[in-house]
Amino acid sequence: MADIRTVGVAGCGTMGAGIAIVAARAGFRTLVYDTRAEALAKARKQSEAFFAKSVERGKLKPEQVSAILANLVGTSKLGDFKACDVVIEAVFEDLKVKHALFAQLDKICPAHTLFASNTSTISITEIAGGSGRDDRFVGMHFCLPAQLMKLVEMSPGLNTSEASFQAAWAFCQALGQHPVKTKDSPGFILNYFLIPFNNDAIRLVEAGVAEPAEIDKAIKDAMGYAMGPFELLDLVGMDTHLLVCEAMHGATHEPRAACPPLVRRMIAAGHLGKKTGRGFHVYKDSKIFGA
Amino acid sequence: MPYSLIDTGKSRSFPAAHALTQGAAAAGDVVVVIGTDVARGLAGIQEREKKTAIVVELGTECLGVHTGESRGTEGSNVLGFARFRLGAAEPTKLVELVRQPNTDAAALAAAKKVFEDAGLTVAVCNDLPGRIVDRLIRPYLNAALRRLDEGLASADDMDTTLKLGLGYPEGPIALLERTGLAAHFDVAQALYEALGDAAYAPARRARVAKLRA
Repeated sequence: MADIRTVGVAGCGTMGAGIAIVAARAGFRTLVYDTRAEALAKARKQSEAFFAKSVERGKLKPEQVSAILANLVGTSKLGDFKACDVVIEAVFEDLKVKHALFAQLDKICPAHTLFASNTSTISITEIAGGSGRDDRFVGMHFCLPAQLMKLVEMSPGLNTSEASFQAAWAFCQALGQHPVKTKDSPGFILNYFLIPFNNDAIRLVEAGVAEPAEIDKAIKDAMGYAMGPFELLDLVGMDTHLLVCEAMHGATHEPRAACPPLVRRMIAAGHLGKKTGRGFHVYKDSKIFGA
Repeated sequence: MPYSLIDTGKSRSFPAAHALTQGAAAAGDVVVVIGTDVARGLAGIQEREKKTAIVVELGTECLGVHTGESRGTEGSNVLGFARFRLGAAEPTKLVELVRQPNTDAAALAAAKKVFEDAGLTVAVCNDLPGRIVDRLIRPYLNAALRRLDEGLASADDMDTTLKLGLGYPEGPIALLERTGLAAHFDVAQALYEALGDAAYAPARRARVAKLRA
């Protein structure tokens, strides 16, 4: 397996931009691809602002940031990924979209290039099946916000070679991240536990067990969690929660993964969470963290 | 707020001396009944209806077992409580205070104040099986044990994922090992019987631990 020097990140939404920051910060030459010029420009601004904060907090020196930013390049030409030793895909959660992207990348990239997907709910084996190189394909699920969270859930597909998985694992460690190994199974570890837990909490409210604020207080105090389930759901947003539930439930048919009816009513009423000023709690300030 | 204490022995909420047990007066408008035989403690209270509040310690049973229920309109000056505690671990600061549909508002406020004055956190909930925390975490703990059997990930990787990904102080497997798998079986089994929901059916590893206990 060749050394990894150049990293491609396909898709520069919130996750893609965060992953690109991680790769560039770790010293890799990093190309970020998106068809939308405005998304690339926005990600560039956010990256510059993030690294300016890192300097402010004494985590990086200004000259380090200059080198990192020089190594972090946006592009709207997928052909530029011919230089990449690894490509991490972070595009829309749609199997067809991902297959179309990887089919193109398979033609563009050299044979040694590893492919990885940041999918949170789609099977790695299914995505790999349309990539033209399912033996050199791994799941690398970063947490939001990727530039701050160390965890990466790594899963091999059914046809992933041991050598590819080991190379991806070493690359993840070289990124300064903390990899954990999980089976290619819906939701991997984190979402497999989190989504049903949050749904259970919503069902407690539906069942009239207690008010959201009382449930948050109880869970934080009893379990030492930093956030109660409703504080977390309000940050995630009911619209996003519904999408993740639908993906998880569609893949598993587990009753606890099914979105409780209250979520749809809250979406209809505009109670999406912190971003609309009201979810399970009411907010005076609708800014999201870090913004 | 002056309160008196009736200790019927072997309290899970207050196994050792605590500000709440030590701060009790000989008599008071609020009566706190702790221990495993609160029915006897409750029966011994003279002129119950004249008390501002009577708070009885609950196990996995509902408050209605002690007060009786009627057409969804039950409620009086008698409340239930349990200080949350996982198996063999020390009790937490959390007190789940159990009310009924028509619980007297003054009784609720007085009971809450007694616990808060003793340095405890109070979460109010209705009288349903498992209250808040057990109702929420038992399916999660069962799922973790099942997924370990299914080989989703190693115990360490599952624990690490939940700690790093969600900021939990401890992963589910380490938590169960620390507090006791057999104790998890007991609570999960009681909730499974009360709710009839398969998510509460104790996971195989908890059943094995119970059989070996």
